Parts: sequence; structure tokens; C-alpha cells
Amino acid sequence: MAAIVSVQNLTKSYEGGFTALDDVSLDIEEGEIIALLGPNGAGKTTLISTICGITVPTSGHILVGGHDTITDFRAARQLIGLVPQEINLEPFEKVRNAVRFSRGLFGLGRDDAHIDKVLAQLSLSDKAGNQIKTLSGGMKRRVLIAKALSHEPRVLFLDEPSAGVDVELRKDMWQVVADLKKQGVTIILTTHYIEEAEAIADRIAVINKGQILLVEDKEKLMERMGRKTLRIELTEPLERIPESLSSWDLELAPDGRALIYHYDSQSDSTGITRLLAAVRDAGLQLRDLQTRQSSLEEIFVGLVHGEDDAA
Amino acid sequence: MNLNAVASIYRFEMARFFRTVLQSIVSPIVSTSLYFVVFGSAIGSRIDTVEGIAYGAFIVPGLVMLSVMTQATSNASFGIYFPKFIGTIYELLSAPVNFLEITLGYVGAAATKALFIGTVILLTANLFVDLPVAHPVAMVAFLMLTCLSFALLGFIIGIWAQNFEQLQLIPLLIITPLVFLGGSFYSITMLPPVWQTITYFNPVVYLISGFRWAFFDQADVAVGISLGAIGLFTLICMTVIWWIFRTGWRIRQ
Repeated sequence: MAAIVSVQNLTKSYEGGFTALDDVSLDIEEGEIIALLGPNGAGKTTLISTICGITVPTSGHILVGGHDTITDFRAARQLIGLVPQEINLEPFEKVRNAVRFSRGLFGLGRDDAHIDKVLAQLSLSDKAGNQIKTLSGGMKRRVLIAKALSHEPRVLFLDEPSAGVDVELRKDMWQVVADLKKQGVTIILTTHYIEEAEAIADRIAVINKGQILLVEDKEKLMERMGRKTLRIELTEPLERIPESLSSWDLELAPDGRALIYHYDSQSDSTGITRLLAAVRDAGLQLRDLQTRQSSLEEIFVGLVHGEDDAA
Repeated sequence: MNLNAVASIYRFEMARFFRTVLQSIVSPIVSTSLYFVVFGSAIGSRIDTVEGIAYGAFIVPGLVMLSVMTQATSNASFGIYFPKFIGTIYELLSAPVNFLEITLGYVGAAATKALFIGTVILLTANLFVDLPVAHPVAMVAFLMLTCLSFALLGFIIGIWAQNFEQLQLIPLLIITPLVFLGGSFYSITMLPPVWQTITYFNPVVYLISGFRWAFFDQADVAVGISLGAIGLFTLICMTVIWWIFRTGWRIRQ
């Protein structure tokens, strides 16, 4: 699939000498949802701002739909919708007028039918005539999305879309994102909620200290880097791991009622069969067995901390 | 050119003006009436004429200029500062618009508002004094040029300002004194020679003088010089705005 956003050797340094982006290269394919994960100050928002034209790059090139964001900025920006992290809205304006204003900024003529469709998609139809200041935080965030969709962009940037949004609304938001993906919109989201990336992203990019550490298909990433854990629950609690099992890298649960074994699911031999035999030979009686894949959060923390430790 | 964007910005700004229509219209009418009561009737009754013009009528061009300059400046500066303050500037910066289109939208709206207020003041003044207009085309041209040039200045101030205090600083400490000292309520020929010379360094003198000439066919300085001064001022403001957008000064990081 062709890259709809191509970032090549992008560097952004500020006057004080701080480098927010350090030689970043990233291709985003059309129609995918990519999540940018990274700790605070990693460079996520700077990357989005630079692609969208808000921040001027120090060096490097960005193409959106094949258009350079500097030399052919009109064509490039026409394809982009941006939902910022902060709720930046004119408080006294009415919802419909605010969305209409955004469409006009992108050079498109008045199209109330499209505005109505966008408002309906975001459950804002009954708020269309309300002043923005009267809306709840979640509704305001929807207005931001409606504004970003007003000119029918092919690429949508969502900067922390779930920040300050309750669980129910967050799930609604994910549904909106899923619907947009079905319509062919490419979505790039930054998030602190790993659960969010895990739930809706196709690919994950991990960024830290202005550098992309990894870009990978989410499923493959979790398969490749995720450790699996086998939890062997026992009928009787143990005080310590039996001597005969000392050669296995086992942990004893704090209550002594389970043995915990980490293994690599991609390995030719996981050792589970031999371990279970050894447990039986040790005279332990099993109550239950559970396996668990490590979460994206654990992978993310491992990656970022691993990099910090190496530095 | 992205004309839809220009129209959108213009409409958005005008909507802000009409949301506070009472304040927009009533305020200039009340303050103009007060000037006429104080300067026209109370003080003006002791002054017969200035250069052969009834004092009440003489001060009208200065009054219009005072309001037009302050309104054009404050509307344009607030227009661009407010999106910076509340963060909606991101939308302008990420839209397919260039500096000319953004400037046209904001400055056009601010100039229109000032023109509207200037017209309201002229109509109000007509209720108090007989106001001949010797050169109607030149009067409209001077009025429009002043609205435009001071809206451009306001736009620069709005970009420069980093807080509301700075936003008020230049209009309050520079523009208002320059207008008051620029012959709004007197002819500069009434000043001692030294002060006359100093006054010629005040750019507002040329605007008020030219505008007054359009009404009474009398000017403190030659009309050509007035037109040249306002043209030069407009050009300087446009150059500064072009530089601001080219470098991203106080707009883009």
C-alpha cells in the first residue's frame, strides 16, 4: 500500500538548542490507523504539528499525498484534518457555525448537507445551534473532530483524543475512529492510553526523546515482543519453591498458591510439558492453569525504559 | 487564491462584531454626543470659529479619525490575538491559506467595522452641526485608507502582543496621544512655531489634515503629502506583516 504520509529525516530544533525531533523517518500507509506512543515530551505533538504546518521543521521533508508540506502546502494541507490535544474552540460561537468556518478555511464552499452529516456522525445534531461554551468537555472534543472532518480530509490526526474523556465517551470515540477507517480515512493518533492503541491501532510507532524507536504492526509487535506467562495454581499453598524445581526460572505468587513461569511463545520449545511433569513429580497438585500475553503497556514500558537505561 | 477562506475569516469576525451590536453602535454614538456636548457646546461656545469654520464642525473630522483609528486598531489586534490566546490559531496555521489571505480576512473585517463606526459618527455629527463635504470622493478615500492602514497596524500589534496588557499598550499610550496631539480639536497653526515643527513629526497630523481638507477644502499640510504619508504608512505595515508570516515570528514555532 502507498504511503499517504511520508516523513523523511525530519529534525526540529528550537532556538534554545532543544531537539524535539531527531532525524525522524516514518511512512504512514493509506487507510491505516497508526498510534504514536511515547512518554511526555517524547516529540509526538511536535511531529504532528510539523506535519500539519504549525511548526516549521529545521530539516527534512514531509510529503502528504505526494505533496511537499512546504513547497506545495496548499495541496498537502487540503488532505489533512487535525484534532488538537487542547480543547481550542471559540466559546461564543455556535457549533454549526464553527464547523462551517473550518470548512471555509479549507477553501470549500458552504455545504450544509455535509455539515449535518458530520454533526450526526458525532451525535452533535441536537447541539448544532448551541454556543460552544454551553457544551460538556466530551461534546467540545466532538466539535473539534467535526471541525477537522468538515473538509473531508483523507488523513486525520488525533492528538490525545481521549484526554479528559470518560470511559463511555472514549468507547464512543473509538467507534467514530473505526467508522472513519471504514470510510478510508487514514488516522494517526497520539495517546497516553496504551489501552486505546491496543484497541484501535493497526500499527504502533514508539517515539522517545525525539526518535522513533520502533514502527511495527500491532499484532506482530505483541507476538514478537510479548512474553507469555503461565500461572500454575496449586491446591495447597507453598512456603517456598521445592528444591526439585529450582532449575526452572519460577516465581512463587505472594500468597504461595501459584507458580509463575515466563516463556517465549515463539520459541521452538516452551518447556511447558516438561515443567508440568516436574511439578507432578514434585508431588504438587494443580488446581488450575492460566496463560496471559503481556500487554502493549508492558512492551512499551520495556522499550522506553530499555532505551533510557542504555543512554 | 483561497477566497473561501478569506470570506470565512471575514464573516467569522463580522459575526463577533454583530454579537455585540449594541456596544458596537451605541458606544460610538454616546461618546460622539459627549464630545459635542463638551467640546462643541460647553467649550466650543466660547470659540467662535477656527480658520473660518464653526468649531463644532471643525472637530468632526478629528473625532471621526479618533474613533476610526482606535476602532480599526483594537478590532484587528483583538481579532488575531484572541485565536492566539484561546489556541484556535492552530486552525489557521494548518489550513491551506497564506499570509495574504489571513491578513485580508482579519484586516478587511476590522477595517469594515471601523468604517461602519466612522459612518455612524458622521451621521450622529450631522444631527449636531452643518457638515459640508467639499470633496466627497476624497473623504471616502481618506476614511477607507485610514481604516485599512490602522487595521494593518492593529493586526501587527495583535501578533506582537503576548498578553492583554500589551494589546492595550500601543493604542492607549501611542495612538490616542498622537491623535489628540495631531490636531483633532485644533488647527496646528494655532500652536507656537516650535510646537508646530514638533507636530509635523506626528504622522496622524497628515491623516487628520487630509480628512479635514475633504470636508472644508482647508488643510494644515498639502493634500498630496497627506496621501503620500498614509500610503507610506500602509506600505510599511504591509511589509512588516509580510515579514512576520515569512519568518513565522510569534506565530509559528
